[in-house]
Amino acid sequence: MPKLKPGDLDKVAGKVKRTMLMREGSGRSKVIVHMGTCGIAAGARPVMKALMDEMESRDVKDVLLTISSCAGLCSREPMVTVEMEGKPAVKYVDMTPEKAKEVFVKHVLGGEMIKEYALAAGSERTF
Amino acid sequence: MPHRANVMICTCTNCISNGSLQIKEALEKEISKHKLEDDIQVVPTGASGLCVKGPILVVQPDGIFYQKLKTKDIPHLVEEHLLKGRPVESLMYVSPGEKTPIPELREIPFFKDQRLIALRNRGMIDPDKIEEYIARDGYKALAKVLTSMAPEAVIEEIKTSGLRGRGGAGFSTGRKWESRRKMQDDMKYIICNADEGDPGAFMDRSIIEADPHSVLEGMAIGAYAIGASYGYVYVRIEYPLAIERMELAVEQAREYGLLGKNIFDTGFDFDVEIFKGAGAFVCGETTALVASIESKPPEPRQRPPRTALWGKPTVINNVETWANVPAIINWGAKWFAEIGTEKSKGTKVFSLAGNVNNAGLVEVPMGITLKEIVYDIGGGIPHGKKLKAVQTGGPSGGFIPERLLDLPVDYERLQEAGAIMGSGGMVVVDEDTCMVDVAKYFIEFGVDESCGKCTACREGSDVMLQILTRICAGEGQEGDIELLEELGQAVIDASLCGLGQSLPNPVLSAIRHFRDEYEAHIRDKHCPAGVCKPLFQFKIDEEKCTGCGLCRKHCGHGAIQGESKSPHTIIADKCTKCGACYDVCTFNAVTKVANSVMEAAVSH
Repeated sequence: MPKLKPGDLDKVAGKVKRTMLMREGSGRSKVIVHMGTCGIAAGARPVMKALMDEMESRDVKDVLLTISSCAGLCSREPMVTVEMEGKPAVKYVDMTPEKAKEVFVKHVLGGEMIKEYALAAGSERTF
Repeated sequence: MPHRANVMICTCTNCISNGSLQIKEALEKEISKHKLEDDIQVVPTGASGLCVKGPILVVQPDGIFYQKLKTKDIPHLVEEHLLKGRPVESLMYVSPGEKTPIPELREIPFFKDQRLIALRNRGMIDPDKIEEYIARDGYKALAKVLTSMAPEAVIEEIKTSGLRGRGGAGFSTGRKWESRRKMQDDMKYIICNADEGDPGAFMDRSIIEADPHSVLEGMAIGAYAIGASYGYVYVRIEYPLAIERMELAVEQAREYGLLGKNIFDTGFDFDVEIFKGAGAFVCGETTALVASIESKPPEPRQRPPRTALWGKPTVINNVETWANVPAIINWGAKWFAEIGTEKSKGTKVFSLAGNVNNAGLVEVPMGITLKEIVYDIGGGIPHGKKLKAVQTGGPSGGFIPERLLDLPVDYERLQEAGAIMGSGGMVVVDEDTCMVDVAKYFIEFGVDESCGKCTACREGSDVMLQILTRICAGEGQEGDIELLEELGQAVIDASLCGLGQSLPNPVLSAIRHFRDEYEAHIRDKHCPAGVCKPLFQFKIDEEKCTGCGLCRKHCGHGAIQGESKSPHTIIADKCTKCGACYDVCTFNAVTKVANSVMEAAVSH
């Protein structure tokens, strides 16, 4: 192991930065894959895998990728919700690994919602 | 590839003894069963703080907190939460007296009201991975001082921050460093005092177990400031996990060149050695600690001259003090000095123990009231009992009665009330605690741990224990209270070190605030809390007894008689006062009756 110089600290930190941000629960945006039984049966796990690969290959550090349960519209699973800071959440339906990658690149990284895949913007009222 | 979720499992000594390693194993097994190895990582961490609810785990990034886990809960938890994203309510925290579980750690009052500086990385990093410490701004403060600050500027920064020693005495850390900086010598030493020994205190152990690098970085900064190149971490052998993690941390820091020669290419050398103490309480006293490292009998000596390892200028600070140092350098003295009270700056870590719902490790800003600690963070007293007092500072500290609960936590204010900040032990006692009995407990500890060098401490504490034992046995005499006070003062006046000078504090403060209880024991042979067994008898209230027979079944001495469905009675001669009947009765029919009352009834 080479001895560190002051500037090397950030390089060492960079290697685990995404893990640390994820633990802190902080990120520019949040991508949620709905993983209820229905979602998993419809193929949510390959969708998740595709998103994880995309984060890795593009070295994205400030996006939180997480899961939640069935979103209620089982017939349109797999579903993915994208939450960008300061904007209403967008729910995407009938996801495939390819579509999910497209959503990740265009919406999460590019900021442009893909209308034809989206179900609706905003979340249901809870009260 | 980074995982999508991290399961942070607490592997502090407390949680390990509650089975957290088995939980970790079960988690890994279930995760692999569902082929989630690439998705989920299990991360061992140091203490999360809510030790009484262990084993504990937190799922990130959601921040969902699970408690009191059993291995049988794990398959369900992995399938529901980690695979399907449905957090499991039945394993979440529920506030005392409430029904709705609180899913997120940050919403739980115990965690919400804390402010973490010394414990800033607890539950967030794997203590065995230096990279994770570095990713949380680790070793940045060391780089900053080595590349851009003169040693005097570092000392000035620590002085301005107002940081005071967290080991108990509360001396200004900056001033301590300044005096050693000024001494000219070819060799100087830095020591981390991790000889934590107060009963019920585990702050230092938890900091080392959760974040050993924060202590090492603080020591390296201190070494640069005073001009030292070698240091010792003095940790007691009774802390095997802390030793193991510190050893690994030292090894990793050396590999990265953060300890050793020419750190960060700046020409600064610093290395440390871990010294394992044998676990004598007196070794927490600095002159005894230094004698112990020098392989001499660990007995305190007269000061001045100042504590000096091998006769060289030495700075000894406590674990928590060192852990604060990098944070002050990173975020500034001004930031630190804004937290706390006029003379007590920053935060303090306490190990909250005794009769409190959320026993555990808490870090709170100085100036917070005891009431907030006990009720808001601690969740109040179990079984709806009333609070009687809070004991701070361990065997050197004192009791603060319930009526002074609005007292802000601050070095001076605690001392005015007859207690001390100490290293951070905080024991909550409820109405069922006898203030003579509990003072006796602390004096017994003092008698055991007195090194024996000073007659006043060695013999004085022993006589104090004899008197207290007598009072608890109902053989107290008029004048005993005054004698305890006089003896206590003599021990304080005539002892060399901090141990002897503070050992009578629990007794003296108990007398100061609960004199009537001492008087009741001596004059009326009555223990108001019903603890001192020679002073009361168990009796069954005939009107309340339903004759269910539960007490009879639980009595191991055949001391209870009675027909089914008719009131039972206790045979006094056979009763050992074990209290089993008292504990099992669901009708509150078993009562404690003072001897004096019994005798009056008989003679009547």
